Amino acid sequence: MDQPEKNPTIDKVNRGLKRRYRAERRFRILGATAILTALCFLFLLFFSIVSSGYKAFEKTFIQIEVFFDPAEFTNENLAAANFPGLIKASMNSMFPEVTSRKDKKDLYYLISPGASFQLMKQVKNNPALIGQKELIWVAANDDVDMLLKGNIDRTRPESERRISDKQLGWLDTLAHDGKIKKTFNTAFFTSGDSREPELAGIWGATCGSFYTLLITLSLSFPIGVAAAVYLEEFAPKNRWTDIIEVNINNLAAVPSIVYGLLGLAVFINFFGMPRSTPLVGGLVLTLMTLPIIIIASRASLKSVPPSIREAALGIGASKMQMVAHHVLPLALPGMLTGTIIGMAHALGETAPLLMVGMVAFIVDIPHGFTDPATVLPVQIYLWADSPERAFVAKTSAAIMVLLAFLFLMNAAAVLLRKRFEIKW
Amino acid sequence: MSGKEEILSEVTTKALHKERETVGSPFVENPRMTCREVNVYYGDKKAINNVNIDIARNEVIAMIGPSGCGKSTFLRCLNRMNDTIEGCRVTGDLRLDGMDIHDKNVDVVPLRARVGMVFQKPNPFPKSIFDNVAYGPKIHGLAQNKAELDEIVERSLKKAGLWDEVKDRLTQPGTGLSGGQQQRLCIARAIAVSPEVILMDEPCSALDPIATARIEELIAELRQHYSIVIVTHSMQQAARVSQRTAYFHLGDLIEVGMTDRVFTNPRHQLTEDYITGRFG
Repeated sequence: MDQPEKNPTIDKVNRGLKRRYRAERRFRILGATAILTALCFLFLLFFSIVSSGYKAFEKTFIQIEVFFDPAEFTNENLAAANFPGLIKASMNSMFPEVTSRKDKKDLYYLISPGASFQLMKQVKNNPALIGQKELIWVAANDDVDMLLKGNIDRTRPESERRISDKQLGWLDTLAHDGKIKKTFNTAFFTSGDSREPELAGIWGATCGSFYTLLITLSLSFPIGVAAAVYLEEFAPKNRWTDIIEVNINNLAAVPSIVYGLLGLAVFINFFGMPRSTPLVGGLVLTLMTLPIIIIASRASLKSVPPSIREAALGIGASKMQMVAHHVLPLALPGMLTGTIIGMAHALGETAPLLMVGMVAFIVDIPHGFTDPATVLPVQIYLWADSPERAFVAKTSAAIMVLLAFLFLMNAAAVLLRKRFEIKW
Repeated sequence: MSGKEEILSEVTTKALHKERETVGSPFVENPRMTCREVNVYYGDKKAINNVNIDIARNEVIAMIGPSGCGKSTFLRCLNRMNDTIEGCRVTGDLRLDGMDIHDKNVDVVPLRARVGMVFQKPNPFPKSIFDNVAYGPKIHGLAQNKAELDEIVERSLKKAGLWDEVKDRLTQPGTGLSGGQQQRLCIARAIAVSPEVILMDEPCSALDPIATARIEELIAELRQHYSIVIVTHSMQQAARVSQRTAYFHLGDLIEVGMTDRVFTNPRHQLTEDYITGRFG
């Protein structure tokens, strides 16, 4: 044994060694490539959304000079007062050379139809304006907005663009006089939907999503966790519980639109709940989210080591005490992860909500669970479907808001999970 | 005890007992626990076959035998931990101070408070050292106030020989202790509810020799107050800590007797094969 004898197995091992390391290197490169590709696509996604969406955060305003005639504008009949006339008069005084009926119509077109409501609101909030001559910035029409953001090409033939040569001339005059400005579009974050792109905002859909998800979370989390705990810890293991388990797994795979039809048939037609409301939407999404939460919760209950259960039972804890004091705290982080996934699904879900009427055109901002509302993904769908050029940017901006909502929600869940996580 | 053994033992010789019936002296006077005709089934498979044995007061009884012989299964019958195993069925008559513990009307919660258990792997709760020991007294309502609870925790940790090592860090997690300390913490947790019997399922198999020696010392001290049933794979350990030894073989209780006698003069061929290393 002293003499250095050649060990034949080592030779064989050495021969194979190179191949083994090569395989490992190949796998690493493949993995890194996959991650890199994924990152590229993610970056591409964000780039395309942000690059087409950032323009929606700016809005064009035109300055007009208005005189609130005390004869016409009184506190009593503001609603009936002729605010559109006020704007027309202002435009006429700026461009006295425009006389023909058609040209006048084109001129008035430059101002958003929402401008008269804006004036009305201002007078309502500040009655002292009556009898005053005021310089006021009002929203420009979405086509003007598009022109100034470079989405309408001036060099194209007049018949191929939505702004005529004359309108271009007026706008240039206004710009020259410093009567056109672009500022941050606060209205986008504070108003509801509108047919006019320059007036449409995301706040209504955000509130709708918030109320809907609040219903979903407050129903699906406790019910899902309770169901998982019962099935995993208390239910006898027999054919019935097997059937239930199989069916829960099947439910998780049911297309979401089916839940929408179920909600329509049960919640709206049978129970007579109000349609288009976060209440019904939340209930439908609860049905959809429950299987996901139950499956994730059961998996995380299963992963709690049996030694902890034995320890608790061994000193005489009842089953309920064992679950509540020891198993549940250890399983909670996993359950929260499942809930995050379920809620993220629910936030992005459109199809079932179409069936319960949350696709309606709703201008008012919902203030409760029974107000008609829509949700962010449905709003995105509605805007993506609208013909106006300006809704393209709005759609991307709405996607950004949706993603921000998602990040906020996930961040909250991650923080919660960190708090409950038990180190050992 | 050896006198009693003479009275109770059946007069047998080693040669006659190749069959699987218990030899030696399974019964004692004034027992803490009695087990008669105990059978345990896992589904259709019989894991324990007709076991009869008594557990005396203030004794350490060791259960030895090759792996899979049913000693842990039998141990778990004594506080009905087998209830938690799906498909496990126990028949026979098991009594603790005359009370039938497998009766349908018996509540397992107080039973397990009276028959505590220490497991093979140290399994402290992922909570503080204090909470680990205080958990049992808390759920059973053994302490009226914080001061009493503190006292129970201190007393239990002292009995488990852990107090001096942890008294300054009671709020730190029990899982941060070393393996041997964790196992003593588990023992402290078990004795905090003042049980009458402590079941130990290979309590030292995951520990190093020094930690094992500490636990063995502890077992000797605990015998003053409790009956201890210990399952072990180490025959040296059985010889060191126990007064009586029971040898299990494939679900049968083969031989029970005073530890000295079983190790020096086994009466059954199977016992002799096992302790001399020819089997197992």
